Amino acid sequence: MSILVNKETKVIVQGFTGGEGTFHAEQCMAYGTQIVGGVTPGKGGQTHLGKPVFNTVKEAVEATGATVSMVFVPPAFVGDAVMEAASAGIELAVIITEGAPVRDMQAAKACAVKNGMMTIGPNCPGIITADECKIGIMPGNIFKKGNVGLISKSGTLTYEGANQVVNEGYGITTAVGIGGDPIIGLSYKQLLQMFQEDAETEAIVMIGEIGGDLEIQAAKFIKENITKPVVAFIAGQTAPKGKRMGHAGAIISGSAGTAKEKMDALEAAGVKVVVSPAEIGKAVKEVLS
Amino acid sequence: MNIHEYQAKQIFQKYGVPTPRGIVANTPDEAVKAAQELGGEIWVVKAQIHAGGRGLGGGVKLAKSTEEVKQLAGEILGMTLVTHQTGPEGKLVQKVYIEEGANIADELYLSVVLDRAAEMPIIMASTEGGMDIETVAAETPEKIIKVSVDPAYGFQGYHGRELVFGLGITDKAEQKKMIAFASKLYKLYMENDAEMIEINPLIKTAEGDFLALDGKMGFDDSALYRHPEIEEMRDITEEDPDEREASQYGLSYIALDGEIGCMVNGAGLAMGTMDTINYMGGTPANFLDVGGTASAETVAKGFEIILKNPNVKAIFVNIFGGIVRCDRIANGILEATKLVDVNVPVVVRLDGTNAAQAAEILKNANIDNVIAASDLGDGAAKAVAAAKGEA
Repeated sequence: MSILVNKETKVIVQGFTGGEGTFHAEQCMAYGTQIVGGVTPGKGGQTHLGKPVFNTVKEAVEATGATVSMVFVPPAFVGDAVMEAASAGIELAVIITEGAPVRDMQAAKACAVKNGMMTIGPNCPGIITADECKIGIMPGNIFKKGNVGLISKSGTLTYEGANQVVNEGYGITTAVGIGGDPIIGLSYKQLLQMFQEDAETEAIVMIGEIGGDLEIQAAKFIKENITKPVVAFIAGQTAPKGKRMGHAGAIISGSAGTAKEKMDALEAAGVKVVVSPAEIGKAVKEVLS
Repeated sequence: MNIHEYQAKQIFQKYGVPTPRGIVANTPDEAVKAAQELGGEIWVVKAQIHAGGRGLGGGVKLAKSTEEVKQLAGEILGMTLVTHQTGPEGKLVQKVYIEEGANIADELYLSVVLDRAAEMPIIMASTEGGMDIETVAAETPEKIIKVSVDPAYGFQGYHGRELVFGLGITDKAEQKKMIAFASKLYKLYMENDAEMIEINPLIKTAEGDFLALDGKMGFDDSALYRHPEIEEMRDITEEDPDEREASQYGLSYIALDGEIGCMVNGAGLAMGTMDTINYMGGTPANFLDVGGTASAETVAKGFEIILKNPNVKAIFVNIFGGIVRCDRIANGILEATKLVDVNVPVVVRLDGTNAAQAAEILKNANIDNVIAASDLGDGAAKAVAAAKGEA
């Protein structure tokens, strides 16, 4: 068991023939991911990495039965690409692209929600179900199979966390990098619920950052809904207070988004909070033994 | 990217959002000329820096003659203005905005920002203009009116009605003016890919007109490529020169006041590394994210920027390679030791993609002050020890 993706998942790549798309699609295939084709407008009919290339997502879905798309298109076109995936019946779009305009992602996310498509990212490492399916840019070899679910805003902290869990003799069910942009797809709450329902997952590692209030919302959710042990780290305790122009940002949520505020909320929800990411592995060992 | 008040007001005017008339000036003489051109008997001399709280910091002054305009402009230009948003080092004032005086009957607050939770823009308004709005939000939250606008449908009549009735505006003509004001502000927020617009205060004049007396605007950096006219408004003197130099090499750098220089890939791990150094009893000298495409050249540049800071006593290179390949970083470290005089101990932890090759490269190079670390905790401990001269 795992969440969202497994060895049966059929994946297409949007931006398949570009440099990034090619490199990472190849890596994903080597990991065992079922990449069944890709989309590059104008290159339909060609074969790339031994897989068919289509002009549109609609054609790709009809021909391959893919349910997931890994999106590598450049930032200026990513909103369009996500909307195309949503309208073509894709169930989950994993958006790797960094630097997408916020306004475009706002529209793309609204379109995805309307069409019942889930999204992960943008600006994220993607999702990996250990030993089965890697959809993203993470180094696959770190993620050994095991019983710990991982959710992280930060890419490299995802690797750091997973590596420590593995070094302590445990492993990963599924790891999801949700990204830290202002508009993101699946967030802590939905993923915590999925891990709670996943029979194989026995503990959850949650890695957050300063800014916004997603971790505060997650803390409330954990208190009421999650019975599995959760280990958390919030990056940015030593970050300087940002130089700001206006005040409006902090007023909407009523939260300043500091690491301390988030750590306190998570602790109050019964989460094992560590002050350094170097302690994640040990904390997982503690909650599982 | 942020812009100055006078630039924000240029955008406001383009969209028909009313503001007092004003002219920007770089010298006291230009300020006098501006005042004469504007006419009238009263002017406001306003320091142009990217921070709020200018009035309290002494950067906004009232002048009742052109002589006074000259004197005040002379005082404000060249001063280092410290407000609660500039940090203790303050900001050098290089431009002043000369604005005609306004007949203020009432002060309001109006802003547009992205509500991340609702995933749509939100307009916030308050009758408590001219005050620190965070204090208003904390002490009397009921005095802040919040109206979410779904971009799929745009600004509707009811958004306007919620705002004016919430603000207690009862006069029909005034209601109409205020609704038009808010609707235009929303339009310019969307069309320019703004991240934030804040007007504090938005004044009602004795004549019943609404004017943006102040204006702060920030933009989504990722969308600047489609707004060359806004990109042109960038004031590089408002940016830290080291941060700017770093950004030209794809590095994200922020100077701090500690002793251990950090070079890390990924913002999250970079912050996590600083947190770990702190936890181990050390102090980080900087935040430096080498990004996903680090090359030997960018790593060498990173060393150069870190070592400009005389407080740095040790450097901790912490790389968990995903997209970044560790062998490239190792080569960058070798390159850096040739290009830059690396005169402090460098603790290196390389993990992930091609880590074994990287370890081999560093081992063969056999550089004196490079200390290998096995993991994050080990690396932070060694860096803290090295900074204390215990290595």
